[in-house]
Amino acid sequence: MRRPARISLVNLLLWALGGGIILFVAVGSWLTLQQGLLTFEDWRSLVIFGVTQGSIYALIALGYTLVYGVLLMINFAHGDVFMFGAMTSFFVADALAQAGFLNSNPIIGMVIVVAVSAVSAMIVALILERIAYRPLRRAPRLVPLITAIGASLFISNSVRGLYGELARAWPRIDSLVGTVDIAGIPFLKTQVVVIVGAILMMVFLYWFVERTRTGRAMRAVSENKDTAALMGIDVDRTIVITFAIGGILAGVAGVLYGIVFNQVHWFMGFLPGIKAFTAAVLGGIGNIIGAMLGGVSLGVLESIAPTLLLTGFGVPTPNQLKDVVAFTVLVLVLIFRPYGLFGRPEGK
Amino acid sequence: MEKSLRSSAGLFVLALILAACQASASSSPSESAAATGAVDPVAACEALELGCVEVPAGEPLTVASALAITGAVAFLGNDANFGIQVAQEERGQVLGRDVEVIHEDAGCGDAASGQTAAESIVANPAILGVMGTTCSRTAVPMMPVLEAAGLTNISPSNTAVSLTQPGHANYGGEFYFRTAYSDFFQGSAVAKFLCEELGVTTIATIHDGSPYAEELQQVAVDQFAEQCDGETTSQDGINVGDTDFHALLTTIAANSPEVIFLPIFSPEGPLFVTQSQEIPGLADTIMFGADGVKDGAMIKGAGDLAQEIGMYFSGPDLNYGGRYIDEFLPAYYALSGTETVLAPYGGQAYDAYNILMDAIVAAHVGDDADGTSYFSKEAIREYVAGLTDYPGLTGTLTCDENGDCGAREISIDQLEDGVFVPVFSTREP
Repeated sequence: MRRPARISLVNLLLWALGGGIILFVAVGSWLTLQQGLLTFEDWRSLVIFGVTQGSIYALIALGYTLVYGVLLMINFAHGDVFMFGAMTSFFVADALAQAGFLNSNPIIGMVIVVAVSAVSAMIVALILERIAYRPLRRAPRLVPLITAIGASLFISNSVRGLYGELARAWPRIDSLVGTVDIAGIPFLKTQVVVIVGAILMMVFLYWFVERTRTGRAMRAVSENKDTAALMGIDVDRTIVITFAIGGILAGVAGVLYGIVFNQVHWFMGFLPGIKAFTAAVLGGIGNIIGAMLGGVSLGVLESIAPTLLLTGFGVPTPNQLKDVVAFTVLVLVLIFRPYGLFGRPEGK
Repeated sequence: MEKSLRSSAGLFVLALILAACQASASSSPSESAAATGAVDPVAACEALELGCVEVPAGEPLTVASALAITGAVAFLGNDANFGIQVAQEERGQVLGRDVEVIHEDAGCGDAASGQTAAESIVANPAILGVMGTTCSRTAVPMMPVLEAAGLTNISPSNTAVSLTQPGHANYGGEFYFRTAYSDFFQGSAVAKFLCEELGVTTIATIHDGSPYAEELQQVAVDQFAEQCDGETTSQDGINVGDTDFHALLTTIAANSPEVIFLPIFSPEGPLFVTQSQEIPGLADTIMFGADGVKDGAMIKGAGDLAQEIGMYFSGPDLNYGGRYIDEFLPAYYALSGTETVLAPYGGQAYDAYNILMDAIVAAHVGDDADGTSYFSKEAIREYVAGLTDYPGLTGTLTCDENGDCGAREISIDQLEDGVFVPVFSTREP
């Protein structure tokens, strides 16, 4: 039986909040654009920087979302799997660069770097699953979450113990220095590599999940583990594959990060990990397309929103409030769409 | 008001007790004092407002370090710890006892970790004094806790101006001292260099929200305006842990400053410098870092690039001379296993340790019949507060009334073949 819709106080408050935010965004943007500090080209390059950073978030976010899809758990150590991939990529790339191979054969060199990093990040993800999570499969949901935090600290501090606490400079590749014009828009070559690389990985993942038998098994396990097991799906194997794919994506993200930021260190997994988790929630955790779009939107938002919204109001250090803006958006999305932009309400 | 009333009441009581002791000492010396032929340390300590630290026979003298030994800037704390260890090994036993240094982790990025370290230090009654913190931010919550416990603290690397400014919210109090200079001198030296050597007229600054960075860039901005009417186009901020500075750099570039002064830390510093070269408008802008990035992390993170673009670094003048090069550095390298110092504050930590040990020797009240030694907490503070013309490794040190003891010699360096080479040096009055 349907009851006639009633306007509750909560709804009124939400509408007021929504209206206030739209007004704030509109006035802030208008004031900033009035100042004319940045040119159109500047804004465009901010968007491109945002998409680049966002592509890396998206690749990491996929790892969160895939694991959440099959296990309903947040793998908080995933940021450190990414860090491990990036650190490995540094050692491989640095060795190849020292030998002169990376500059003489950039394509083969990069393939080697990507392959080694992806595989080593995958191995870490698998060890993590086997040691830290599988024994706790039947434990209450908070238990693996706490284990994940412990595992995260363990991985990052192990890397620190092994390789020291100083940041390492990821080698520059000569053929990636400079810009290239695409449709009249100047891109840094590194940005092109990152965006194209991320798109390729995402297309591959989408094909894998939607079109292969293993992908179908993953989807089945994420629907219902017990039913999937009854249908003859090896649930353990499927979970292992999910972790492996998450690890590979994080390893590739680590290489792309090295290419863009030219620097890796043992602590670097933490913040990108949190951001990628945010991106996954933003897009709707458990949803693959959602994680991709969530990552890219978060990157673009971080890049343009502080300047666009706050400069107009005379905030002296808008970029310091980058995380505030990003997480405020997250909170707002969760208020208005608790299951994320592309997610679906749980239990439906 | 209430505090001053309370402390004057305390002083009054103390005066009464002292008068009583004096009276009893002159009329009839106590038995134990007569037996040992000296002042009874137990009675002497009871008369002291802050009391004594007791060290039983056979036990070592215990001091604590409260540095950042984990987290993203762990190398800063480890650098200071190596300085402490060099001093500890060189000095050996003090008053016939071994010295034990308890290494607490005060962190850097999070003020609460400073408080946690302080709580665990005051919970240990054996601790005589403290050397910390690495970052000014963590000293702010730590100092009230240490002061309440009567523990003297000497920081090897806090440089924020406000820590030695009475009346400021961040003021470290009467038990706070530092062998590092106040950033007032560093900021002034940077401004002097910008005005006189580089002859620039516009700068932009970056800070990371820490007292160190925020205050140092403000001193530089104020001094730049005062010394040569220099204009500051923007004073923006980043967060510790940020990795993407392209948006910030684009907005800075819109004002086209000639210099960007970035007194931040690694890894943000090297990332910032690397990304600045990808912004077309900043191709000719001079990058200028401070002591937060004048270290091995910067060299490893973006050393080649920093050298290529001729980046400048301000910081302590490491030209300490023969003793530093011939004795300190070899011992440091032997401990750290590195070929360069991790950060520029090992020498200040070495001096902090030695000053603290001298203070402990000076504060030795006496031993009782069981061989337990007594050390006056107040006398430790008084010794450090009265330090004059102390021949330290980092220069001749004198503590002023606010706790500033550091040598005021700043150098501005550039990288040459992966090593910091001074191009400008100053001693501020």
